[in-house]
Amino acid sequence: MNKHIITSLLLLAAGSVQAVEYNQLQAAQSALTFGYKQMGVPLTGKFNKFSAQVSFDPAKLAKAQAHIDVVLASIDTGSTDADEEVAGRQWFNAKTYPLATFTSSGVTALGGNRYQATGKLSIKGRTMDVTAPVTFQSEGNRGVFDGTFNIKRLAYAIGEGEWTDVSTVADEIQIKFHLVVLAAPVKK
Amino acid sequence: MNTYTRTAKALHWLIALMIFAVFPLGLYMHDLKLSPVKLQLYSYHKWAGMTVLLLVIVRLLWRITHRPPALSLPRLQQIASNAVHHLLYVLMFAIPLSGWLMSSAKGFQTVLFGILPLPDLLAKDKVLGHTLENVHQSLNYLLLLLVAVHIAAALKHHFIDRDQVLTRMLPKS
Ligand code: HEM
Ligand code: HEM
Repeated sequence: MNKHIITSLLLLAAGSVQAVEYNQLQAAQSALTFGYKQMGVPLTGKFNKFSAQVSFDPAKLAKAQAHIDVVLASIDTGSTDADEEVAGRQWFNAKTYPLATFTSSGVTALGGNRYQATGKLSIKGRTMDVTAPVTFQSEGNRGVFDGTFNIKRLAYAIGEGEWTDVSTVADEIQIKFHLVVLAAPVKK
Repeated sequence: MNTYTRTAKALHWLIALMIFAVFPLGLYMHDLKLSPVKLQLYSYHKWAGMTVLLLVIVRLLWRITHRPPALSLPRLQQIASNAVHHLLYVLMFAIPLSGWLMSSAKGFQTVLFGILPLPDLLAKDKVLGHTLENVHQSLNYLLLLLVAVHIAAALKHHFIDRDQVLTRMLPKS
């Protein structure tokens, strides 16, 4: 009986030594970009600084987790004027709310390398549920997550006052993430 | 009397009027603080400017196929007037083109009237965009100078020389 338990524990331990969990973000290879329309013109921009704690093992989806912090003042819209404006009070109010955060609440498999992540996105003190389709590709110990989802900027009060005019800067913002995460063997 | 064709006159005055609107708009919008109005004015400036470019192309085609009416002027005036007219044509073409290129380089595509996306002729390049902004600005100041000379010459012909130079460009002649 005792012997039995010990063997199964050993087996479990052996199994989890082999399991890999993708959990080390490679910030320099990752990207967080966004797209929107201004006066009908499609434009893109990016955030230069963000961090993510990811733990993902395709075999243990129930334990998958992601927490992403985006430094809002690191925005790059392609125009210095706009960068300053957007960090300001009417947009992100980055002094008071420096970070946008995403915390996952669940990941489900959609088949193949496709998944769906749900979670809470907080910007400027407002929190909303978001759902994003994500693809995951791994090569050796390097895993790559790609996903896109849309938010409505006014739901987060991004752009107040005169900027609530969505005919100039559209309400819909498309957010794209490309996260490169290395795997490490986990022992538990 | 020798006059310009109705088409030549119509294009001359239409383009002149548009430039008199697009030019101050460019100066005004440039100094505005970032706001929805500024973004709107930038778009209007770009749309109107691209319309000028189209009209100028039509005008150049018309000009190539229709010689202006003969005019006997002292040789030096003839040369000066030719030079200024040529430069005005070059600027009327180069200014909106430089604006279009600048917008491409800055990564702000031109979508004519908010509907028709024009191709970006240059890839996004911040430094080049800034250079082209200076080019656009310098060409505009050159245009301002030449138009001033051009208008002064037209008025001199009309009020001092009392010849037909101005009237042959006017609608009713
Ligand atoms: C007849 C045609 C045009 C005229 C007379 C004109 C004139 C001007 C003038 C006077 C300025 C202000 C320059 C300064 O002080 O910096 C300006 C700025 C500008 N123009 Fe034009 N323009 C023309 C066409 C265009 C076109 C076709 C485009 C783009 C498609 C364009 C894009 C711009 C932009 C983006 C600026 C602002 C630069 C900045 O502040 O960043 N322009 N223009
Ligand atoms: C942005 C403004 C303007 C531009 C770019 C412009 C450009 C030109 C050009 C290129 C020509 C030569 C036409 C040809 O022979 O091929 C011309 C002719 C003429 N322009 Fe203008 N023009 C402008 C404004 C004006 C104004 C405000 C006046 C009146 C005060 C004026 C008076 C004339 C006259 C009288 C002629 C005919 C000259 C002749 O008989 O040979 N223009 N203009």
